[in-house]
Amino acid sequence: MTNRIEFKNVSKCFGEVEALQGVNFHLGQNEVVGLLGDNGAGKSTLIKILTGYYQPTGGEIYFNGDPVEDLTVPRARELGVETVYQERALAELQTLWRNIFMGRELTTSFGFMNVKKMQAETHSLMTESMGFTSTAVTPNSAIQTFSGGEKQGVAIVRALYFDADIIILDEPTMGLSLKETRKLLNFVRGIKAAGKSAVFIDHNIFNVFSVADRVVVLDRGTVAGEFMTSEISLDDLMDKMYRIAETGSFEGEVDEGFSEGK
Amino acid sequence: MDNTQTIQPYKETFSIRRFARRNGTQIGIISVFFALWITFIVSAPNTFLSPMIYKAFMSTIPFFAIMAMPLTLAVIAGEIDLSFTSIMAMGMIIFILVYDATSNVWVAFLAALVTGLFAGFLNGILVVKLGIPSLVATIGTQFFWRGAVLVLSQGKSGTLVYTKESLLRPILVGKIGGELPMQMIWLIIITIAAWALLNRHRFGAHIYLIGDNENSANLMGINSGAVRIIVFSLIGVVSAFAGVIASLYVTYFWPSLGDGYLLRTLASVFLGGTSVFGGTGTILGTFIGAFIIGSIEAATVAVGLTGFWTKLIYGFIIVSSVAMHAFLRKRLK
Repeated sequence: MTNRIEFKNVSKCFGEVEALQGVNFHLGQNEVVGLLGDNGAGKSTLIKILTGYYQPTGGEIYFNGDPVEDLTVPRARELGVETVYQERALAELQTLWRNIFMGRELTTSFGFMNVKKMQAETHSLMTESMGFTSTAVTPNSAIQTFSGGEKQGVAIVRALYFDADIIILDEPTMGLSLKETRKLLNFVRGIKAAGKSAVFIDHNIFNVFSVADRVVVLDRGTVAGEFMTSEISLDDLMDKMYRIAETGSFEGEVDEGFSEGK
Repeated sequence: MDNTQTIQPYKETFSIRRFARRNGTQIGIISVFFALWITFIVSAPNTFLSPMIYKAFMSTIPFFAIMAMPLTLAVIAGEIDLSFTSIMAMGMIIFILVYDATSNVWVAFLAALVTGLFAGFLNGILVVKLGIPSLVATIGTQFFWRGAVLVLSQGKSGTLVYTKESLLRPILVGKIGGELPMQMIWLIIITIAAWALLNRHRFGAHIYLIGDNENSANLMGINSGAVRIIVFSLIGVVSAFAGVIASLYVTYFWPSLGDGYLLRTLASVFLGGTSVFGGTGTILGTFIGAFIIGSIEAATVAVGLTGFWTKLIYGFIIVSSVAMHAFLRKRLK
């Protein structure tokens, strides 16, 4: 079966800094891939290339086996990629409906917006998918008053609305309460159950391990290792993560005090 | 999710508190307007109960009010333009030069608009492509275009009586039924167009989004650079238009055309509730703001103060309206 997405030897430089160096990465059909790595490992850069926000400086990108050049945000969307960004990509002073349809407003003709339709769609999304029950919140409410979890809900529902089959979640649990985090993880399982694919990035190794089929570990701009979660225990994975953090590879001895002390 | 299924239209139940919260700044500006108006009538009833003063307002306020409309779009997008007063004069000097060459006012008019469009486009390029903050870039182009006007005109003013023979003058600055000035009609047209663009068009939605959070807008695929360039271009073309109507109204061209409009136009936008921090603002607010600003000069004189007070009052209004926004913003955070 062809991979939904494949990166071959992809690199990205920002001036002198090599954020990614010859990265090979793939996302299979109906697969959830967890992306792990320290700060500055290149996780966000990889994601932003995937969503068309950054153009890679080298390498090739394939969607469903076909090479794609000049991947832009709109092109990635056409290919079915939707992203829940770390920074959530919301505009706090704007209304809920404007946030849901940000960048692809529903229009009638000559670019004039179909405001009524967007409000109606937002209202039905609120009650069906976001679980808003309070009448104080309407499609015309500015989202600056929402809680962290509610804002994340907006970002996720927005990603789902446009019928994507590849969902990218960049640090989605950041700032969420335990309860909200559990809800989010169930949501990721729901993506898989619906036959879609996802890339899940999180600092928290427990979260990643509990939802991913496969874990890819990035370190200093390269892929340091890949593991099927069905073939490795959480303890072993954590041990390997410590090794990578210490030495940059899985080889070699780890300072015992470091791995046990934590 | 299936986007094609029919969805129940959304109808929001009306709540006075919610309405007041959402439209707070607009209710504020309308209240200020009526409070000032009543003050004017009480202090100078002879002036403010006569229709004369209102006809005068409708003649003179549109010259800067129409520029305040696209300027509102720029401020919502988080930008500023200080060069439009020079663009007014630049468009007009091109009008004169092209008329001298072609003896056709329509071609001259078109040339003036194209000049304004180009000058605005240039502002956009400086800000977007070279990354110069708009405050600095447009101070630069303000001097540049004013300098170009002085060089091209050799500092001389000139009559525009020839425009009286053409249909252009009555269309732009004539009086309907001898009473209603055409420039007021143009102000209304431009106000409605700006309102529709900002609130009903995708382009306006993008203006709000990039002024609110440009990074988010870019992540969601909005080309914020293109939006800014178009906004600056709009200011340019509308400023050239304002330059033509202001000059045709008096059938005379001064190289200093536009001087004195800068403060009033900016004050209209900020007084109208558009936030200097970007992301919020309304066309209705600017429209009312322009009429408040435009009436202050006449009112200070009518209530018995000298004209020297006018600038002090303008300054007070700008500072207090911007300060109020900074305060509201802090409280919301």
